[in-house]
Amino acid sequence: MIGLEVSHVSYSYGKSKALHDVSFSVENGRFCALLGPNGAGKSTLFALLTRLLATGEGKIGVAGFDIAREPRAALARIGVVFQQPTLDLDMSVRRNLRYFAGLHGLSGRPAAVAIEAALTQLGMAERADEQVRALNGGHRRRMEIARALIHGPQILLLDEPTVGLDAASRLAITDHVHQLAESGLSVLWATHLVDEIRPTDQVVVLHRGKVLSDGRAGELAGGQGLAKAFLSMTAEDREIVT
Amino acid sequence: MKAWLIALSAVVTRENLRFVRQRGRFLAALVRPLVWLIVFAAGFRAALGVSIIPPYQTYITYEVYILPGLCGMIQLFNGMQSSLALVYDQEMGSMRLLLTSPLPRWWLLFSKLLAGVIVSILQVAVFLGIAALTGITVPPVGYVAVLPALVISGLMLGAFGLLISSTVRQLENFAGVMNFVIFPMFFLSSALYPLWKMAESSPLLRDICALNPFTYAVELIRFALYGELDLTALVWVGTCFILFMLAALWGYNPARAMLRSKG
Repeated sequence: MIGLEVSHVSYSYGKSKALHDVSFSVENGRFCALLGPNGAGKSTLFALLTRLLATGEGKIGVAGFDIAREPRAALARIGVVFQQPTLDLDMSVRRNLRYFAGLHGLSGRPAAVAIEAALTQLGMAERADEQVRALNGGHRRRMEIARALIHGPQILLLDEPTVGLDAASRLAITDHVHQLAESGLSVLWATHLVDEIRPTDQVVVLHRGKVLSDGRAGELAGGQGLAKAFLSMTAEDREIVT
Repeated sequence: MKAWLIALSAVVTRENLRFVRQRGRFLAALVRPLVWLIVFAAGFRAALGVSIIPPYQTYITYEVYILPGLCGMIQLFNGMQSSLALVYDQEMGSMRLLLTSPLPRWWLLFSKLLAGVIVSILQVAVFLGIAALTGITVPPVGYVAVLPALVISGLMLGAFGLLISSTVRQLENFAGVMNFVIFPMFFLSSALYPLWKMAESSPLLRDICALNPFTYAVELIRFALYGELDLTALVWVGTCFILFMLAALWGYNPARAMLRSKG
């Protein structure tokens, strides 16, 4: 079953075209890496998927709901981890999560249960009462992922969630999110780091606002490895990190 | 509907917790009007005579006259402070978190607005309490009657701040807002001097003051502090609130792409 469907989406900032006829879909239980160099249009696409921007042309379906026609139903089924951290540093982990639960209409015992479950899932339960400021970057990111799961979304969107993290934290977070995909979530993971992608993952290569390729990472890599394959597709960009 | 109220409560709780934590902000919010009340008013008491005008029944001291204006000043600064916080939230990304909630955007922004109003009322309450301790009081009924007036004026000034935050995209530009918005709004109003007094020196300035929505916010508060309703002020403030709110919602419309950022 398809969780996320992006169909012929285009978007312009004035005369500058950021996305051009972008189409792809992510099935339930699938980890899809949206791979592209900086400036490829990943953040614009994320803003459209979360309705921070309104779709110009094309259609975005979230768990069967058209985000333009039924934005509330669509947003209720999306969990988002933005590229920039969006935490209140001076509040506790639990207080941050309670605020988010409230924004999704959850309070009291149902919110407490959902928060506990999400924190446990990400191995953060024992840090629930710590101030966010006291957490390291990796734990803050894990907390943001836990937060994105509180309302039981069907789609998880992560916009370059490992930026600025050390290798161990990156690996731990990548593993956690792969596990979430295996449990049935549709995951869209924007990145420009190929080592976060497994051979069985779906990879959508976005470059200069266009989809260059959509398929399994192993197939895309061929015999030369994903990094080389990606570099040969986006020859003029050398920002990829392996 | 329950989800809407839960979200409102979450936003209000967060804003109040942030405010309580920011002791410097609380102190500044109180010190500013108190300096005006105690220092400025004392200096100008002799220079500015105030005749008997409604809602006052007798000659009043200058401190008594500017008390409502200073309540308005607290709300004006708080509205702008909230606006500044919104611009900060946009830059830091936490605004995105709010706007991706599955509730109507107008409700989320209204919740944010109401949270700011509650914070401003807390500030005004403490200010009125300190003023009372220094002997500057209003009739007891005024302390209750002023509450709805503060809600409406706070909503209007908060909506104005929201509107500004939808147009100002960088924190660096905010100093300009202070200079070009807050100070003219405050000084070109009836907060510090009655309009008839202003007319004596410049009829044009008096007319500008009479068009300033902040004048009506101050008058709404002034009459409410004496248990009276200034209907004209209520209509002005209510109308301005609706207009500012609609314009702010337009500014935050995803189709207008207020949160545009290429990537």
